Amino acid sequence: MTRVDRIRPRPPGADPVLAELESEAIEIIREALAAAARPVMLYSIGKDSSVLLHLARKAFWPAPPPLPLLHVDTTWKFREMIAFRDRTAAQAGVRLLVHTNREGADRGVTPFTRSAARYTEVMKTVALRQALDAGRYDMILIGARRDEEKSRAKERVFSLRNARHQWDPRAQRPEPWNLYNTRLGPGESLRVSPMSGWTEADVWRYVLAESIPVVSLYLARERPVVMRDGRWIMVDDERMPLGPGESPEPRRVRFRTLGCYPLTAALESDAETLEDVIAETVAADGSERQGRLIDHDEEASMERKKRDGYF
Amino acid sequence: MTGTSDGTAPGPADVAKAPGPLRFVLCGSADDGKSTMIGRMLFDSGQVPGDQISRVRGDSRRWGTQGDELDLALLMDGLQDERQQGITIDVAYRSFETPRRRFIAADAPGHEQYTRNMATGASTARVAIVLVDARRGILPQTARHTRIVTMFGVRRLVLAVNKMDLAGWDRAAFEDIRREYRALTDQLGVRPAAAFPVSGLTGENLTRRCADTPWYEGPTLLEHLETLDAEAPPDDSPFRFPVQYVNRPHSGFRGYCGRVAAGSVAPGLRVRAVPGGGEASVESIVVWQGAAERAERGDSVTLTLADEIDVVRGDVIADAGNPPDVSDQFRATLLWMDERPLTVGRRYRLRLHARDVSATVTDIRHRVEVRTGDRLAARTLRLNEIGVVNLATARPVAYAPFDESRELGAFILVDRDTNATVAAGVIRFALMRAANLKWHQFDVGREARAHLKRQRARCVWFTGLSASGKSTLANLLERRLYVDGRHTYLLDGDNVRHGLNVDLGFTEADRTENIRRVSEVARLMVDAGLIVIASFISPFRSERDFARSLFEPGEFLEVFVDASVEACARRDPKGLYAKAMRGEIRNFTGVSSPYERPDNPDIRLDTEALSPEDCVEQILRRMESRVPCRKPPARPRAPGTATGHLVGQLGQ
Ligand SMILES: Nc1nc2c(ncn2[C@@H]2O[C@H](COP(=O)(O)OP(=O)(O)O)[C@@H](O)[C@H]2O)c(=O)[nH]1
Repeated sequence: MTRVDRIRPRPPGADPVLAELESEAIEIIREALAAAARPVMLYSIGKDSSVLLHLARKAFWPAPPPLPLLHVDTTWKFREMIAFRDRTAAQAGVRLLVHTNREGADRGVTPFTRSAARYTEVMKTVALRQALDAGRYDMILIGARRDEEKSRAKERVFSLRNARHQWDPRAQRPEPWNLYNTRLGPGESLRVSPMSGWTEADVWRYVLAESIPVVSLYLARERPVVMRDGRWIMVDDERMPLGPGESPEPRRVRFRTLGCYPLTAALESDAETLEDVIAETVAADGSERQGRLIDHDEEASMERKKRDGYF
Repeated sequence: MTGTSDGTAPGPADVAKAPGPLRFVLCGSADDGKSTMIGRMLFDSGQVPGDQISRVRGDSRRWGTQGDELDLALLMDGLQDERQQGITIDVAYRSFETPRRRFIAADAPGHEQYTRNMATGASTARVAIVLVDARRGILPQTARHTRIVTMFGVRRLVLAVNKMDLAGWDRAAFEDIRREYRALTDQLGVRPAAAFPVSGLTGENLTRRCADTPWYEGPTLLEHLETLDAEAPPDDSPFRFPVQYVNRPHSGFRGYCGRVAAGSVAPGLRVRAVPGGGEASVESIVVWQGAAERAERGDSVTLTLADEIDVVRGDVIADAGNPPDVSDQFRATLLWMDERPLTVGRRYRLRLHARDVSATVTDIRHRVEVRTGDRLAARTLRLNEIGVVNLATARPVAYAPFDESRELGAFILVDRDTNATVAAGVIRFALMRAANLKWHQFDVGREARAHLKRQRARCVWFTGLSASGKSTLANLLERRLYVDGRHTYLLDGDNVRHGLNVDLGFTEADRTENIRRVSEVARLMVDAGLIVIASFISPFRSERDFARSLFEPGEFLEVFVDASVEACARRDPKGLYAKAMRGEIRNFTGVSSPYERPDNPDIRLDTEALSPEDCVEQILRRMESRVPCRKPPARPRAPGTATGHLVGQLGQ
């Protein structure tokens, strides 16, 4: 093995909170991999995915993480995300699997031709199910956090899904101590969230402490945006139809979460460095998912989606 | 510090080093205000985003209980069903931080049918905040919750007397509840709780000081949590490292991945794989892009060993000089968490640290009525019931009693058909260490006989004045042990005087010989694997020491049944004291013959203050605890003549 230097097994700065979160996440990742027959990591290219991949690399160093990355590509991601994705996977030495719901795309399902909910259903939820069915994965690592929304606060670290990928909040396995039950019946799978206990601020502090590369869309930069329904939407490519009299204007914006560019609201910000982002996050007045248009659809949307096999 | 709270006073306000995250669980009955309290803590620490607040504002109007006010409880109750029913049915975890500390709060439901959720919330918590509604006072539920959280590992309790705003911030109400709760923690034998008069609704004495409680000078509850156990002492216990994963990317590298469960490790440490058995030295502690000089409890690392030994997932790499015990027979406390009840003799999958092994509950000793602590006979355990059981694993496993180590002493049981997690359990002790299970050279000895009876053979020796309560306690104790399915025998004057010792009278020499014979008989019975209860006045120290000398360390429990001569004479059920005082009985202990009080009994029972049930409870607790009994003295000669003096003289 290569010995780069001698360091303590703690993130720089030895923040005891980050140290514990990291150790716990690594423990969970190793548990998942010890029990898995066909593991996969859902890789969404965002900051949480970046941290999750970093944790998996740490868990198995000096070996590369023994599982592939799966990216569900709606074909409407920011261009920068795709380039970043390919670079990151290569660097980590892991196999990258990309799946698109071709049939949906062929039917002309886009953010502009369908409601946000319908588009998401076809290009994300159905697409994900297709990919998981094809891969017959039993252990699916995700970068979900309990602080993202209310129903997730109660989801287990190892969350059981039936053969149709559905979550039953009434039939969750208790998880006392750090003892995880990884037994599965035919067709069942587990969604494993090693970062359950992290907050958005933890993620940023960890990114900073560990110098983890993230897509620069998280940092404020001047970008071409248009105002739609009171939200700034970035015009990332020429597929974005502009209304009469609508023309992109340059604004200093950044993104708190990254998804499909037509559905991801930018926020005006001067946070050009990670330190600025952390300061902004700690002081933030809106929750992270506010930027995702799909969540505003209805009350308890997330819980319903999870029951349906989304996250 | 002049605060009115019990427990540990918090340190100075300026904490030098940021402490690690504090995990706590909140427990209380429905409507005591748990959700409101966590909501308040989140809100006041500025961790609730504006859009969530406006959503909760909307929810408050639809489902809330606070009229047009913000119902902070709605921040916590996540699932739709719960919101509609207005109750919390699952555990919700919330992270929040103040400038001084990170907290991870578990909001656990209080209803009896959600005991398992509360146990789950408690299992990873260091602290439990026990909520009591100031107007309702301590409820049976309070005792139940306190029992559950302490059973599952919480060592620190904080009493929050809540809704004090509705109780007019009445000091007496607060003090009464505090006192009553103190009695409960004393009864459970746990550390007293720090107590706080608070309003979760307004945040007074929770997150900020209250103007209406000039009589309360302590910190706010949140301040208390910020400083609680902020500096953990270094863990100097022996190194324990359950192996989770063997990392073998190529033939040149073999690393053992895991998280340090106890102690610390540095390269060069001599370690042993348990139960595998091989010994080796730690070569390096591999971490991301390098190697560490040291790893401590809680660190996830990868170890490489200098020598090739056989190590698999589920083994514990441990300090070779002080490895953990190994056993396949345990006494454990189980919480049943499944709809389908426990079946004795059925095989389940047991998961202990990283070890998976098939296991069977061989015997249910008793069920615990969690509300009262009573032990009841049981043939099964149903959902949310707690019981003490014997457990056998298919193979020996490395373990530690839960009281010593959560990491090596906690387990779950998984149903082999449904894959459901059916029980959470804690190991109390091993019934027999596997090291003693060498069948090929097996002698039927005392331990083997006791093992067959699934018990530890003991002699419980009651000493005390006539009418002090020995027989009552001895009988009650035997009944309790019998209900637990234990094999006992009661030796007392009645059953030896008429046979074995029919030749003895009441002179000092005869009384001494009486005790000598009884002691020897008790020893033979302990050899046979029985729990022997001996009930004799045994007034002389020398004869009690003689009895003790016949037993192995820990086998002999001297129970001093303490009551003053005056009290005994008042009770005088057989009229003996009266006769003795009239001079009709000679050599009557306490009146005309001395009683030498034990200087250092294993248990002293004050029968003038305690009920017989409480006394027996103390004995049972002591029999189960691993507190060592007094060591036997060097074996004295046969008991000689006592030289004691009268402890009490009536009629003086
Ligand atoms: N006045 C007052 N009301 C409170 C306090 N704490 C909770 N409540 C109210 O008591 C009711 C039950 O509270 P909730 O937090 O839902 O209880 P839970 O079932 O323990 O989670 C609600 O109406 C709360 O607004 C308090 O400290 N003072």
